[in-house]
Amino acid sequence: MKKLYPYVGWLLLAIGLLVLAPAVLSDFRLGLLAKYCCYAIAAVGIGLAWGRGGMLVLGQGLYFGIGAYAMAMHLKLADAGPGGVPDFMALYGDAAVPGWWEPLRSGALAVVVILVLPALVAGLLGLAVFKRRIKGAYFAILSQALAAAFAILLVGQVKTTGGANGLNNFQGFFGYALFDPANKRMLYFLAAGILLVSILAMAWLYRTRFGELLVAVRDGEERVRFLGTDPANVKLAAYVIAAVLASIGGALFVPIAGIVSPDDVGVVASIGLLAGVALGGRASLLGPAVGALLVGYAETTLSEAFPGSWSYFQGALFVLVILLLPGGLAQLLGLVGRANAHRGDSASDHSPRGVPRGKRGETEVSRSASEEAAAR
Amino acid sequence: MRTKFSSRILAASSVLALGLTATACGGAKTGDTATSESCVDTSGDTIKIGFLNSLSGTMAISETTVFKSLSMAAKEINADGGVLGKKLEIVSEDGQSEPTVFAEKATKLIQDDCVAAVFGGWTSSSRKAMLPVFEGNDALLFYPVQYEGLESSHNIFYTGATTNQQIIPALDFLKQEKKIKSIFLVGSDYVFPRTANKIIKQYAAANGIKVLGEEYQPLGSTDFGTVVDKVKAAGADAVFNTLNGDSNVAFFKEYKGKGLTASAMPVLSVSIAEEEVPGVGVGNLEGQYTAWNYYQTIDSPTNQKFVTDFKAANGAKAVTSDPMEAAYTSLYLWKGMVEKADSFDVEDVIDASDGVSYDAPEGTVEVDGENHHIAKTALIGQVNSEGLIDTVWSSDKPIEPDPYLKSYDWWKN
Amino acid sequence: MDALLAQVFTGISAGAVLLLIALGLTLTFGQMGVINMAHGEFIMAGAYTAYVVSTIVASTELSLLIALPAGFVIGGLLGLALEASVLRWMYARPLDTLLVTYGVGLVLQQVARDIFGAPAKEVPAPGWLDGSIPILGYDFPLTRLFIIVLAGLCVAALLAVLRFTALGREIRATVGNRDLAETIGISTRRTDQATFFIGSGLAGVAGVALTLLGSTGPNLGTSYIVQAFLVVVVGGIGHLKGTIVAALGIGLLQAFLAHALTGSVAQVIVFLAIVAFLQLRPQGILSVRTRSLA
Repeated sequence: MKKLYPYVGWLLLAIGLLVLAPAVLSDFRLGLLAKYCCYAIAAVGIGLAWGRGGMLVLGQGLYFGIGAYAMAMHLKLADAGPGGVPDFMALYGDAAVPGWWEPLRSGALAVVVILVLPALVAGLLGLAVFKRRIKGAYFAILSQALAAAFAILLVGQVKTTGGANGLNNFQGFFGYALFDPANKRMLYFLAAGILLVSILAMAWLYRTRFGELLVAVRDGEERVRFLGTDPANVKLAAYVIAAVLASIGGALFVPIAGIVSPDDVGVVASIGLLAGVALGGRASLLGPAVGALLVGYAETTLSEAFPGSWSYFQGALFVLVILLLPGGLAQLLGLVGRANAHRGDSASDHSPRGVPRGKRGETEVSRSASEEAAAR
Repeated sequence: MRTKFSSRILAASSVLALGLTATACGGAKTGDTATSESCVDTSGDTIKIGFLNSLSGTMAISETTVFKSLSMAAKEINADGGVLGKKLEIVSEDGQSEPTVFAEKATKLIQDDCVAAVFGGWTSSSRKAMLPVFEGNDALLFYPVQYEGLESSHNIFYTGATTNQQIIPALDFLKQEKKIKSIFLVGSDYVFPRTANKIIKQYAAANGIKVLGEEYQPLGSTDFGTVVDKVKAAGADAVFNTLNGDSNVAFFKEYKGKGLTASAMPVLSVSIAEEEVPGVGVGNLEGQYTAWNYYQTIDSPTNQKFVTDFKAANGAKAVTSDPMEAAYTSLYLWKGMVEKADSFDVEDVIDASDGVSYDAPEGTVEVDGENHHIAKTALIGQVNSEGLIDTVWSSDKPIEPDPYLKSYDWWKN
Repeated sequence: MDALLAQVFTGISAGAVLLLIALGLTLTFGQMGVINMAHGEFIMAGAYTAYVVSTIVASTELSLLIALPAGFVIGGLLGLALEASVLRWMYARPLDTLLVTYGVGLVLQQVARDIFGAPAKEVPAPGWLDGSIPILGYDFPLTRLFIIVLAGLCVAALLAVLRFTALGREIRATVGNRDLAETIGISTRRTDQATFFIGSGLAGVAGVALTLLGSTGPNLGTSYIVQAFLVVVVGGIGHLKGTIVAALGIGLLQAFLAHALTGSVAQVIVFLAIVAFLQLRPQGILSVRTRSLA
């Protein structure tokens, strides 16, 4: 019975998203919900990497941005027609399409780029980082720096990326006109459907050997190493999956929001993606997605009701949830099973305060011994 | 067993999702034309309008003042009986300094609140983000800030200066009054400075002025050591500054620190108004030049009233600046258009816009119905010891807006 | 030659700024494992302290000198409050402190915006820092020279405290081995608080100094925080010497790249270079294993 529990939750979410929401929401509100779904898809990946894997991925905006810009570039080229030049390039640039844009003219190639490029980037970065056993705070800050660098790079290339303006004003999406509310609804169903499928995929993943290993790595990286599995590979796989999910979320975000700009991929946006995951419950199955939807909804309503005050709410949310409710709403509902939420993300951390006080001395000794052993 | 069970659910749900997606695909194909119906409610004795300014984030520094002057104009209009007998009801939204949020909130104001017109935006990116929203929904935006030109949307009225009302007059001033032979360009790395500098370089080439350097810093950058070194080494006759926001503070402190002065190498800025002067420091700016269409020091009864009222509403220390004045004016221009059209309908208002004029604090302005900009007088100012800006040169009469610079034969986009 | 010299000077002064903002982080991040994203807002608080002092003290000549210790105290008190109210419950979850303190930072920014208003404030520089002095033919702004000296003084003071005072010994003992320190009667709780006070106070000092270079506004901290963390990470967490080398190295790299390329590209390359560097030396310039401070 207990194993069915998450599926009941999933079913409720599915009914809510696919039946209830389209029935009661206006086109505008449904469009917003579609946008939250995009964030939620990225959040599902963060749940895997951070909640299950203990990797604080502070720079998911990088992958969200790769997906979003790849999609946006394709839509711009499709709008321009065969051989055409996107409008903004005529305005700011040399009125010529740069070579690295060309492959994205093809819709099929654009989809491939959206799925493969983030996997490649995350794979290379992860390989370098995890094999060198960079973890904890080091990893978090590195990933944040990459998101920052990506955003600065985009801003600096006005001629080819639209700079701070980003890319917007899309007419069509794979042949469908974007001004038509019926097509907007189609996009909503696409986003909600992919979100639901990705949650199911996680449900399956969490139960595989890989899912178990990932939690084991989070809670005791050295022990996993001693058992003969390289933790780096496990973390790498989780990180790549999270990157691809973020990229898919970003790609869907573009036709739905109608714009992508460097502000959507930078440091602030990246941390914003974590808010929902923390609220919902990082290690639970539904938590990240539901949390992301809730945070999106709260941001819209609160900023409409109290313009200018969203920072207060977002700040308070981070403080209160993480301080008092590290397992998120899932913890409140008792939904967190044996892979419970907040244990462990520290045990493998490099910080001197990383281990419970009582055990500090012996753990330190055994860890450095094991590291030396592994280094040989 | 577990795995099998979940994979069955997975398969079932994929089919479900894809099925739903497929059935929902009934919409228009690309190439069809948009039709949209306005939901503006004109039956009551109030009419809704939207203010969309960044009240949080990096741009709040500038945009909150625009919000204040818009609010003041709305209050005045309401006290005076409203527009077509209807009181204005303000719906205010926070753009949060992010283009994506501007697009979302603009959609909300149009589709959800059904406002008759929206006033706001500041950065080029916020305007570019809102443009397709207003065009797609056939709604009205009044944009109050000087910008890079090369744009003229059917659904936007531009009440700030376009390039031929600010940048080109500034160059004329430098050439005719300061007799410069060379110039150095410093700007933030985004669309406005890059486009402005593109224009400046072509102007310079046509007028025998040497461009000795062109430097861009990331938005919000505060490290100007290298840039000022380069400016100093180049030794140009003047510096044309298109930096935005906080970067100006760091730039001018460094400029002064390295011993560069307004008399030896003047800086002409196009994004520093009265509001920004105290932040940069009067001592760092005194004697430097700015180019705008309005200054607080303009000596006219209309402006004196504007300044007095604004100080009464926002404290004696409050100053008025060009974008605030343009925003204030934009609300009155919309009122004029609505009253001329005798309708709140977007198309009626646009049709009536040509020739609508208003006795603004900057002087009388008139709407060009063709390109939706307004005729404005260019004023070159010099920062004085009180932190206000004195007019030192003027185009004397309003300059007709020419966003695409069609009347300048040296311009090739 | 002149251009080269200019870049070296610009690089050193940029490095001094980085050092100043990263110094406090080295303490709190390196020694206590707390990733304090609100450090940037403590810097902002220091800058606003300088502003408030400048409105009270009429003499601009004196106000900077009063603002420096005042900034230290304000930053330190904010840090102490943060430690006592939030962080003390979270020492077992160091990664989570990052998000909590980010939230605190957001709130502090908005508070500043509500108290002081969104527009930037001017903090007038004292007359004795006006202008520049020629060094090897290069006009070196006095404000930048002041910041280099100040950074040096802060490092020296911090080293002195850690080496020669009872508190410093307690901090070093606690960092070295918390349990043993407790057994010999050191109150690690009190030591933690003292460490956090000093680390956050240094952020306040940095904030006061930054008013000489840039603007004083609610977003002051955000523009520095990522770089500050990178300096600490590159230097090797918990290492003063490493932090100094890292700050100067990054400052110089940035200056040379900014000269050759555009500012944006220079920043991106610096970030990527740091990522690449950490592949070579994951523990930073100085190895972290001994975890000593100096």
